[in-house]
Amino acid sequence: MLQILASRGDLVLLRDSVEWEGRSLLKALIREVALKGEQVQVLGCEVSEEVFREGLDSDTNSRLVYHDVFRDPQGWTGNWGPLGILRACLRGAEPGPCTLAVDSLSWLLLHAPCSALCQTLRALGHDNSHPGRVRVLGLLHEDVHGPGPLGALRSLAQIEVTVGGNLGFTTAQVFHPKPRHRSIEQTYWFSILPNFSLEFHKETLLEPRPHRGPQSPTVDAMADLTFNVHLSKKEREARDTLALPFHFSSEKQQSLLHPALASSTSQIFYEPDADDYLDQEDPDDDLDI
Amino acid sequence: MFPELNNLLNVSPDKPEQGKFTLLCDAKTDGGFLVHHFLSFYLKANCKVCFVALLQSFSHYNIVGQKLGVNLIAARDRGQLVFFEGLKSTVEVLFGSKEQPNTLKFIRESSSDLKSLYEFVQKALTPSGDGSATSWKFPVLLVDDLSVLLSLGVEAVAVLDFIQYCRATVCCQLKGNVVALVHDSDQTEDEENAMLMNALGHQSSLILRAEGLVTGFCKDVHGQLKILRRGLLQPKNDEAEQWNTLLKVIEIPCARARI
Repeated sequence: MLQILASRGDLVLLRDSVEWEGRSLLKALIREVALKGEQVQVLGCEVSEEVFREGLDSDTNSRLVYHDVFRDPQGWTGNWGPLGILRACLRGAEPGPCTLAVDSLSWLLLHAPCSALCQTLRALGHDNSHPGRVRVLGLLHEDVHGPGPLGALRSLAQIEVTVGGNLGFTTAQVFHPKPRHRSIEQTYWFSILPNFSLEFHKETLLEPRPHRGPQSPTVDAMADLTFNVHLSKKEREARDTLALPFHFSSEKQQSLLHPALASSTSQIFYEPDADDYLDQEDPDDDLDI
Repeated sequence: MFPELNNLLNVSPDKPEQGKFTLLCDAKTDGGFLVHHFLSFYLKANCKVCFVALLQSFSHYNIVGQKLGVNLIAARDRGQLVFFEGLKSTVEVLFGSKEQPNTLKFIRESSSDLKSLYEFVQKALTPSGDGSATSWKFPVLLVDDLSVLLSLGVEAVAVLDFIQYCRATVCCQLKGNVVALVHDSDQTEDEENAMLMNALGHQSSLILRAEGLVTGFCKDVHGQLKILRRGLLQPKNDEAEQWNTLLKVIEIPCARARI
């Protein structure tokens, strides 16, 4: 997966979600770049510099230049615009190949028009002091935006990395859209160690991680129930042989076609009550039921 | 506070975590019991609490708080609790003088500027320097709830920035905690509220989500509580990243939860 850092001048989108956060992967990639001796400019919009640097070794931190937007997102203490500070990240950078990590593109999308952000990102690669050699690692929260802004940024990106998970492990789905060629897509299973180094796993060797939950005493849910949830064998057989009341069986059909058979087995005896009023002038004898 | 929830989160008033933003969500149920839990928890933990209450009156929280073992009147009188009663301030904004300063003046103005609300929080929780505030453990901001701000016409980005300013001051500078409740509006398909909830989720280190049962109302089980810890590289021992647990809230609004 680290070959995504091989090409300079690329926009690499790190797409994450609330459930699978991508900042740790961003820090891991920054560490890989810093290990090569390169300086990394970081535009920090969502976490403080202290939190971002936490866990990174001193060598990585010494090559990391943090541009802090987090403490003043609306510019109450100074006049600036979110895209202006994005462009300003490269001004103090060393000439030559440069890596810019944006944490996060989602924050910029919420504070600036999508079209302006796309134009700014495109223009970064044409910076005079870093012509075509600015690598941008952009963290993007895909569950915050609609399909329009996501699609616009995806069209600019040379590489997309989607952070997800399966079987309790973290995955990175890397997608290389290639115009006029077949796109390349590959999934990597990985872990991020406490020092933000990457450890890759082979999919075939993975076993599902057991669900880790709080230790709670096992409770028998079937205890103290006021109704029966089990059937004995005898009860099951009786239930299976029971004829449903509205099931139109052949026996019921015969009883309806030959009602005399049924009447021979049952009769209705009527004893008129002493208080019954029988109107002799309106008997029901004419009704042949 | 609910001891069962403390056990699940592996915290106690004696050893609370610091510098964290906790997001409370509810969907198809009332997550207010979580607000009452954290209010009583941090008061018992001897923290300085600034409670921005936009949904209910002070007396409501006090009645529930007494059932959970805290006296909000006493906490307010000794300076431990700074209570912002949104309902009362709203009346003053709508029917008071326009020249009179008000923390919720954005209701009257067309802009979604929550700077005055942030300045109220900052003033309430920043130590005054006279030594009186140092007796509290650390500051805590509690907000009930952020969806009300959207209903009042504030833009979602302005709410996000307000929380970010509060995190920068309370969590990073003062090493305190921020706890905020937001409702999930999946039934109403409110895109702005959904964006706010997801964006706040990315800012948080702990998400507690109370959900009603998919099958509908049940007398014995009121819903389930999802707990999601974010930013864990390697969960320690039996600490889980995410798990579900069933809950029963007894005697709402007394809100004693059996989890």
